[in-house]
Amino acid sequence: MAKTRKFSADRRRFLKGAAVAGAATLAAPTGMAQSQPAQAQRAAAVPLPPPGAETGTPPEVDVLTADRCGSDFMVDVIKSLDIEYICSNPGSSFRALHESVINYGGNQKPEFLTCCHEESSVAMAHGYSKIEGKPLGVLAHGTVGLQHAAMGIYNAYCDRAPVYIIVGNAIDATMRRPGVEWAHSVQDAAAMVRDYVKWDDLPISLQHFAESAVRAYKIAMTPPLSPVLLVADTELQERPIHETDKLRIPKLTRTSPPQGDSGAVAEAARLLAGAQNPVIIADRAARTPAGMKSLVELAETLQAPVIDQGGRMNFPSRHPLNQSSRTRALVVDADVILGLELTDFWGTVNAYRDQLERSSRSITKAGAKLISITALDLYTKANYQDFQRYPEIDLAMAADAEATLPALIEAVKKLMTADRRNSFQARGAKLATASQTALQQARTEATYAWDASPISTARLSAELWAQIKTEDWSLVSSSLGWPQRLWTFDKYYQYIGGSGGAGVGYGAPAAAGAALANKKYGRLSINIQNDGDLMYAPGVLWTAAHHRIPMLSVMHNNRAYHQEVMHLQRMANRHNRGIERPHIGTTIEDPNIDYSKLAQSMGLYAEGPISDPKNLGPAIQRAIAAVKRGEPALLDVVTQPR
Amino acid sequence: MKTFRFCVSLALAALMIASSIVLAAQNPAPASAPRGNAENGRMLFAKFGCYECHGREAQGSTATGPRLGPNPIAYNRFIAYIRKPAGEMPPYTAKVVTEQQAADIYAFLQSLPRPPAAETIPLLK
Repeated sequence: MAKTRKFSADRRRFLKGAAVAGAATLAAPTGMAQSQPAQAQRAAAVPLPPPGAETGTPPEVDVLTADRCGSDFMVDVIKSLDIEYICSNPGSSFRALHESVINYGGNQKPEFLTCCHEESSVAMAHGYSKIEGKPLGVLAHGTVGLQHAAMGIYNAYCDRAPVYIIVGNAIDATMRRPGVEWAHSVQDAAAMVRDYVKWDDLPISLQHFAESAVRAYKIAMTPPLSPVLLVADTELQERPIHETDKLRIPKLTRTSPPQGDSGAVAEAARLLAGAQNPVIIADRAARTPAGMKSLVELAETLQAPVIDQGGRMNFPSRHPLNQSSRTRALVVDADVILGLELTDFWGTVNAYRDQLERSSRSITKAGAKLISITALDLYTKANYQDFQRYPEIDLAMAADAEATLPALIEAVKKLMTADRRNSFQARGAKLATASQTALQQARTEATYAWDASPISTARLSAELWAQIKTEDWSLVSSSLGWPQRLWTFDKYYQYIGGSGGAGVGYGAPAAAGAALANKKYGRLSINIQNDGDLMYAPGVLWTAAHHRIPMLSVMHNNRAYHQEVMHLQRMANRHNRGIERPHIGTTIEDPNIDYSKLAQSMGLYAEGPISDPKNLGPAIQRAIAAVKRGEPALLDVVTQPR
Repeated sequence: MKTFRFCVSLALAALMIASSIVLAAQNPAPASAPRGNAENGRMLFAKFGCYECHGREAQGSTATGPRLGPNPIAYNRFIAYIRKPAGEMPPYTAKVVTEQQAADIYAFLQSLPRPPAAETIPLLK
């Protein structure tokens, strides 16, 4: 539906130069600058108005105020996109847009959320999108703000998650305030992140902004979903809107996700239906709950095992066809492998050995057919290498897996015969037995180090499960592995996958963003939080407390950047020296960080450190009670490394 | 291309077998473990970084390294593997871990208590 809106303002002659001079006069009174050291330092970069400016006769101006400005219209556009929140660390390059959000827009849809780091803003949006299925807005300051945001954007790009970023920038050099605004202005603001956003633009009029804003949303939400970026010029934000400005917000039409070619779908169905040992592997296959439902239907139709690589919540963890714990054995035996939105198909069907001589080998059997359905084939960039090693696929569909699954299911059903149905049922029965065996094996393995201190990650997962299994819960962090083995995941929102780019610092803010999305549904959000990740930008705890985002964070506190400890160990062993020294530069000890005090200082309910497993269950109960009151809570649990 | 990969894998397998034979010829390991000090072994298990992948109680992790105890594999297989691992594990040569230290670590793995049965743990039922 097309929306047409007209904006009117009193016709005025607006002398911008005079208005800027007037604002500078108000912002930096001479007396204060001379009496305060910090401001005196700033005065070196920012020319002060002439003495007496504050008390002298102001320059003649027609107006110093405006009832409507460009940023108001920008808020209208943002509202039309149904963006619920804007995560932001405040910055002067978008001061008008900020003010319009909170005053003109009423600070509702979008509501401005105060973040302590732009990386956190983006990661919150990233986590939110994986629960809510749509973007959340991010406002970033020119240059330095976007530089802070960059790693978060890269994670979202690698994870194919939509994030809607607006960055302020003062484009007209003659309008910039002297000093800092120059340092934060840039010719091409988006350049530094262009390699890992799907689209960006620099609108130079409000109508241009409206069209690009709607276009950006459409692009972000078309598979492969990805971050997009708009530059909001400060002048465009701050200039008044005139009644002669004929502005309208274009209609948003979402693009249908691309389906696989019908011939390729039919061939895939033929291969799958005729296979003795087909295997379905899913990574970011389910974009929505419908994707998960379709994958279950395909697997049940074929009675084929499913390996959920966990990029999304693809398949119920206790479904008898979920064989994720038997990945290697299934891939080795498979005659047909269907990969759905795999991040790394090559790595799935090859073994790689990280020794002095790096080596790899295929683990598939001769003649095995590989089928790929992925939207990644529709959009590949060159510079950053997240596309992984080239896989030798037999049948590749450049298409969205979720959108293609219904056609594939129908094609498989058409090939069903009584004989096939019987053999499929026999296969399914074997897989159900294997699933039960794997569950029993997981429970047995969890008993080892059950009473250990530091607490085993299996024990931590089991203690958590005991407290949440009767709740409407959502795991808003990537997993230790144990939850998938011990918990029952059967709803789409119960798992959000990983960071995408493995950029550390994603976990805590992504969890907060996902918990924010869960809040309106009353879900209990659980975040298993790595210690090293939290220390990148712990200020997100304050954001969660300030905005009353209920979430239980349980620290997986192994007091190390443990992945790097293992890498250092590998190098020391390889070089035959100092094998007892890899903790140098990789551990987070001496002093140990008291995460409960850190969280308490930011307004959270917190307990810890907890190192005796007997104390964990009661602590979780108390923390959940706090979360149910609407607060974020944190438990500092000292854990085994993995 | 697949034929090429298969050849490479065959060559790798042959190389690994040959390496094992050479290793066995140069460093024949006793089938039974030399006498070791379990307490010192626990300390070395942490100090030499074994815990990083296998956990401080050698309980293992699906993501990094398997469970090593209790009831570890036979000592000759244990010592052969840590000296020249076939998989991802970094090698622990005799230059950095002596025979006695390896024996102490093995004694630690042998000393680990059997855990309770899963059925007896309410949280795992």
